[in-house]
Amino acid sequence: MISKVGAILWKDILSEYRTKEMLGSMVVFSLLVSVIFNFAFPPGSELMREAAPGILWMTIIFASLLGLNRSFVYEVDKGCLQGLMLAPVDRNVIYLSKALVNFIFITLVEVLVLPVFSIFFDLNVINSLLQIFLVLILSTAGVAIIGTLFSAISVNTRSREIMLPIMYFPVFIPVIFGAVQSTKAILQEQPWSVIWGWLRIVIAFDVIFLIVALLTFEFVIEE
Amino acid sequence: MKATTSTNRAVVLLGGALLVAMIINLYLIFMLAPEERSMGQVQRIFYFHVPSAWVAFLAFFVVFIASIFYLWKKDRTYDMVAYSSAEIGVIFATLVLITGPIWARPVWNTWWEWTPRLTLFLVLWFIYLAYLMLRSFVEGEERAARFAAVFGIVGFLDVPLVYVSIRLWRDIHPSPVIAGGEGSGLHPDMKLAFFFSLFTFTLLFGFLLIYRFQLQKSTIAVSEIKKQLAY
Repeated sequence: MISKVGAILWKDILSEYRTKEMLGSMVVFSLLVSVIFNFAFPPGSELMREAAPGILWMTIIFASLLGLNRSFVYEVDKGCLQGLMLAPVDRNVIYLSKALVNFIFITLVEVLVLPVFSIFFDLNVINSLLQIFLVLILSTAGVAIIGTLFSAISVNTRSREIMLPIMYFPVFIPVIFGAVQSTKAILQEQPWSVIWGWLRIVIAFDVIFLIVALLTFEFVIEE
Repeated sequence: MKATTSTNRAVVLLGGALLVAMIINLYLIFMLAPEERSMGQVQRIFYFHVPSAWVAFLAFFVVFIASIFYLWKKDRTYDMVAYSSAEIGVIFATLVLITGPIWARPVWNTWWEWTPRLTLFLVLWFIYLAYLMLRSFVEGEERAARFAAVFGIVGFLDVPLVYVSIRLWRDIHPSPVIAGGEGSGLHPDMKLAFFFSLFTFTLLFGFLLIYRFQLQKSTIAVSEIKKQLAY
């Protein structure tokens, strides 16, 4: 099973490496968003630093939409999904590898954007890098888990670019809460118990919806 | 066609019972239940607001259960129940979001307060609006039913997580304390009016569900006939 997941994973990474379409656009887009958000505040305002965790996560979520929208578009438009489904693998292998690809790409974007973001918003992330990384990993897992399931649905709808955020945003609210508040708590150097209180929600989200996605994915791509 | 007439009779019977219950309900709410001391007449909206919230929750729960059964049994009936129930749920969630601010304006002195329950309802409303949109955006009945069922399951399981996270959020940033929560020390007549209203609204839900279900069945039957005539 792991080698099968690896094969599909490798296919996606290779095609991304050759086209460099998704990562490039996601990084540029998220830098742009974080710059534009700056203009919403008076220069040098203390408000900006207060709002920074929220803006960081909005940036990540908007950028992740770009990647998630694409993740099944190529497969469906070029008829590759048919090929994948004909391959002698379990449907969940396709789901897991797609979710893993999305997770890797979005994490990469975050790693590239976070330093620039912390300069723009004057945040000190060096001291708590490990904790912030933990939040990033857990929340991005949530993005990949629910986002991959929904993008497999939305790719089969009319005006697919609109349908994905409409499904994804309201369902994703617990993780937005968890990610923003725990990032805020880390930056304000609050005790671990506060951070953990928020992270627990994100972990619960990840676990519940990973199980649900594995149980329901076969119904989403069944033809 | 025998079965149809007997279900029609059930609908008529239920509708009649509902009509009687609604009249009694209005009497209880506006005549019997005493005026609330601090809030005044506006408190009476509570007898519509809370039962609407109950019906919305019930409807979304029905969507959840029917969606699971649809994916499991692949029986079209379950999907029709889920679809009908989602529509009713969205309507009642909308009623909650309308009656809430009408009550909040004179009592809290603001149209909107980000309290856990209000925020939860707003999120719920968005989730099930997405559910209805999803259905209309997908080509093919069977596919729409499958997608909607998956989304209906995910959406409902999300509700407790949303609620817990909003609660935690408000705990950290406490809102101004609202004097005298609902349900604390209700007058017996108020209690009667409230529970009767709950009963009436549940009856209304059952009636609407059966009615909407029948309507959907007719729509499908008509489109079948159309198809046959076209060829």
